[in-house]
Amino acid sequence: MTFIRRYAVLIVLAAVLAIAPSLFYPVLVMKVLCFALFACAFNLLLGYTGLLSFGHAAYFGAGAYITGHAMTAWATTPEVGLLLGVGAAALLGVVFGGLAIRRQGIYFAMITLALAQMLYFFCLQAPFTGGEDGLQGVPRGELFGLLNLSDDTAMYVFVSIIFLSGFWLIDRIIHSPFGQVLKSIRENEDRALSLGYDVDRYKLAAFVLSSAIAGLAGAAKTLTFGFATLTDVFWGTSGEVVLMTLVGGVGTLLGPVIGAVVIVVLQNELADKVGSWVLVILGAIFIFNVLLFRKGIVGEIAARFPST
Amino acid sequence: MGEGGITLDALLGQLLLGLVSGSFYAMLSLGLAVIFGLLNIVNFAHGALYMMGAYFGWIALTYLGIGYWWSLLISPALVAVFAMLIERSLLQWLYKLDHLYGLLLTFGVSLVIEGTYRYFFGVSGQPYPVPELLSGSTDLGFMSLPNYRGWVVVASLLVCTGTWFVIERTKLGAYLRAATENPGLTQAFGINVPLLVMLTYGFGAGLAAFAGILAAPIIQITPLMGNNLIVIVFAVVVIGGMGSILGAVATGLALGIVEGLTKVFYPEASSTVVFVIMAVVLLVRPAGLFGREK
Repeated sequence: MTFIRRYAVLIVLAAVLAIAPSLFYPVLVMKVLCFALFACAFNLLLGYTGLLSFGHAAYFGAGAYITGHAMTAWATTPEVGLLLGVGAAALLGVVFGGLAIRRQGIYFAMITLALAQMLYFFCLQAPFTGGEDGLQGVPRGELFGLLNLSDDTAMYVFVSIIFLSGFWLIDRIIHSPFGQVLKSIRENEDRALSLGYDVDRYKLAAFVLSSAIAGLAGAAKTLTFGFATLTDVFWGTSGEVVLMTLVGGVGTLLGPVIGAVVIVVLQNELADKVGSWVLVILGAIFIFNVLLFRKGIVGEIAARFPST
Repeated sequence: MGEGGITLDALLGQLLLGLVSGSFYAMLSLGLAVIFGLLNIVNFAHGALYMMGAYFGWIALTYLGIGYWWSLLISPALVAVFAMLIERSLLQWLYKLDHLYGLLLTFGVSLVIEGTYRYFFGVSGQPYPVPELLSGSTDLGFMSLPNYRGWVVVASLLVCTGTWFVIERTKLGAYLRAATENPGLTQAFGINVPLLVMLTYGFGAGLAAFAGILAAPIIQITPLMGNNLIVIVFAVVVIGGMGSILGAVATGLALGIVEGLTKVFYPEASSTVVFVIMAVVLLVRPAGLFGREK
């Protein structure tokens, strides 16, 4: 029984994923999964370490571009492509994170945003990113050289496994002693420091983990859709992931997943119908959430039913 | 341009053009610093307000026939009123919360503004004519400087100096500095701090709109112009720190010049040089050039 209790959320998620394709368009579900994983990675920083990275698209985009490049230019198998994407995002996280943690609070947010914009300009000019067009027609390849992922069902299962592993990993991080230290930094950085924890090292570790998982999400997105474009590294994408987390509930395990479902489905439904108003609606949701709904959907539910 | 190396003329020319973009960085980071000082909010909507300033000028000219010089006054005033409404309706509820919420809320505001303008005006650029008085150019010997660009630098310096004077040398400025230092005590002395806060936000927004209408004749006016610029201005603010007015202005001008020089020596890096400098400053002097930590 303890096993079921321990992994209840994961089991429920797996069950939902098993029936989702019969109810919704599988490609849409895969898009939701990629962004949900991205939001969960972001939440590891904002929700559990108290660091607002306003440039998280950088790591998502790094994963997307490097995996896309590996698959097209070097014709690697998908698992190798994914690993390279994750590695690149983690490396970028070491460099950018190392710089950003030198300042706190609002400056941290501005620095991460500025560094991400630097990467955006880099991707606009770099020889291998395809400039304004991005990388198009990235093949899905054959997993371990055996399983052809161009079949949507196979790809769906693969993306589901990636998402569940990422989610599980974050769950493990949060509930580990390391995660407890992160939470103590979120609550009171000075106290954590005075207790003898090397706060900067913990922050950097959290940053790198978060960017690596964000890179995994970006890499999975490239494999699913077959392209990596400037949108993946754009500040608008950084804003979207903040919004998903805020809508679902900052600092809750499931919040980012719910938020990603809401925002991705909303964009999907509205994109053709209202054009530029999508931006206005997203902005309005931002304002509403900050003013009146700061706990988010999951946070509000948890506050209503404290026993669960 | 010389054949082998870089001629002095080209260098001086880019230096001057860099000074022009530096003027915009200076005005925008000054507004951000003034707002942050009193409201403790990093105003993400600053770029959107800058864009609104330019559009108000364009709308006034296209639909009402109101020219540049009137727009230079009216546009900042209208944007200031708009901003004060935002402060009263939205921002004022956040002052007791973490600073991050201010950033998130104003980010939402900037999306609403940008989306609305995109709906009505599309994303293609609108031209705005250079006012007749400032058309033509002056031969400086090493380059021919368009008069309008010279005016941008002069106007920006005047506005920045004026702001500095008001804040550092007048009674109103003294109230402002007192309220920045300790709002509760200032209020206890009978000064209407909420009013001061509202006016400050309006002033910062007006400054952004002024920069917008100043920029209108030398750029393409698009709904995207503001949010693309604001990220660079954030980097400027990280480099200079938001603690000092002169620091913000000097950093803005200096970075504009550096950007101009980069266009001469290594054009590929001109869009990223400000961010690279930011990274170096964070390594060498994490608190920023003029900043005090916390």
